Amino acid sequence: METNTRIILICSGKGGVGKTTLTANLGIALARQGVCTAVLDADFGLRNLDLLLGLENRIVYTAQEVLEETCRLDQALVKHKQEPNLSLMPAGNPRMLDWLKPKDMQRIVDMLSEKFDYVLIDCPAGVEDGFRNAVAASKEAIVVTNPEVSAVRDADRVIGLLNTHGVKPVQLVLNRVRPKMIASQEMLSVDDVTDILALPLLGLVIEDEQVIVSTNRGEPLTLTGGNSPAARCYSNIARRLQGEEIPLIDPSKQGSGVRDKLKRLMQTKIF
Amino acid sequence: MTLRDIIFKLLGRQKTSASTARERLQLVLAHDRCDLSPELLDQMRREILDVVAKYVEIDIEEGAVSLETEDRMTALVANLPIKRSLVTTSSDNDETAS
Repeated sequence: METNTRIILICSGKGGVGKTTLTANLGIALARQGVCTAVLDADFGLRNLDLLLGLENRIVYTAQEVLEETCRLDQALVKHKQEPNLSLMPAGNPRMLDWLKPKDMQRIVDMLSEKFDYVLIDCPAGVEDGFRNAVAASKEAIVVTNPEVSAVRDADRVIGLLNTHGVKPVQLVLNRVRPKMIASQEMLSVDDVTDILALPLLGLVIEDEQVIVSTNRGEPLTLTGGNSPAARCYSNIARRLQGEEIPLIDPSKQGSGVRDKLKRLMQTKIF
Repeated sequence: MTLRDIIFKLLGRQKTSASTARERLQLVLAHDRCDLSPELLDQMRREILDVVAKYVEIDIEEGAVSLETEDRMTALVANLPIKRSLVTTSSDNDETAS
């Protein structure tokens, strides 16, 4: 069934680059903007989205019971208390992986698209069955990566697979950016990564200790509307998804002091 | 290579690690993307040359077949200088006969 629901896969290839954190923060940010959003934990093996959203104690049913038709969709959906526009579809038991097929994933996403404006799918790491199931149900994708060789290489592989599956648009989020390291050329720059991967940049997220604090509490940074660097980055990404034009600020090109200008001069590519 | 890399080089110091990362990634990705071993590429090159050689006389020494990657598109680029055509049309034959 065709709806206008935006079904967005959040994937990376490599684990630990920030897929789940991005899914949780984008979900909350979109809900705060008044759009009805569902986040689907497609990582059945190692589910964590519930924990980052602080909803781990409120799960009764999961995607498994919905697919087995032992419960209704709305019985399994966990509505966020502070942001009722956001609901979580929890991942089922890891044993589900034995029988789960792309068409099952498609079925559950179809059900969600009847009720929601946005469905964000938190993809498992890797490019095996879990990824293939999730990609089959997705229309568009956000590839998350870090400015590190292994993360960029894995992202490249995932982008290739997304292209073959006809998923588009595919946009890039560069996570855990350290402006100081970029300025001293000890980290791949934003331009380096976008040039190599040849993807439009949806946004970048500055490395921020507050992310750890927020995951400790189970309250995504965008929930409190705080003003930490990462919180602002996440809400900007949500607003760009909604079509707002918010300029991308390259942190390594900021600063008007003599030192900053000298550092920028040193970054000039000669050949 | 950035300005800093050049100054570092003059001073005999190591390149910045971001430069090294960039170069290593570009190499590894070119290989990842085409998923073709050098042996297979060479075999393909020889077979392509054989086919082309049936129709035109080519300069084998000058001929080159390579993979080039740009903007996520990998292209097979063949550069085969043609010496002369081997296939003569019937009208050509008529002309030479007369």
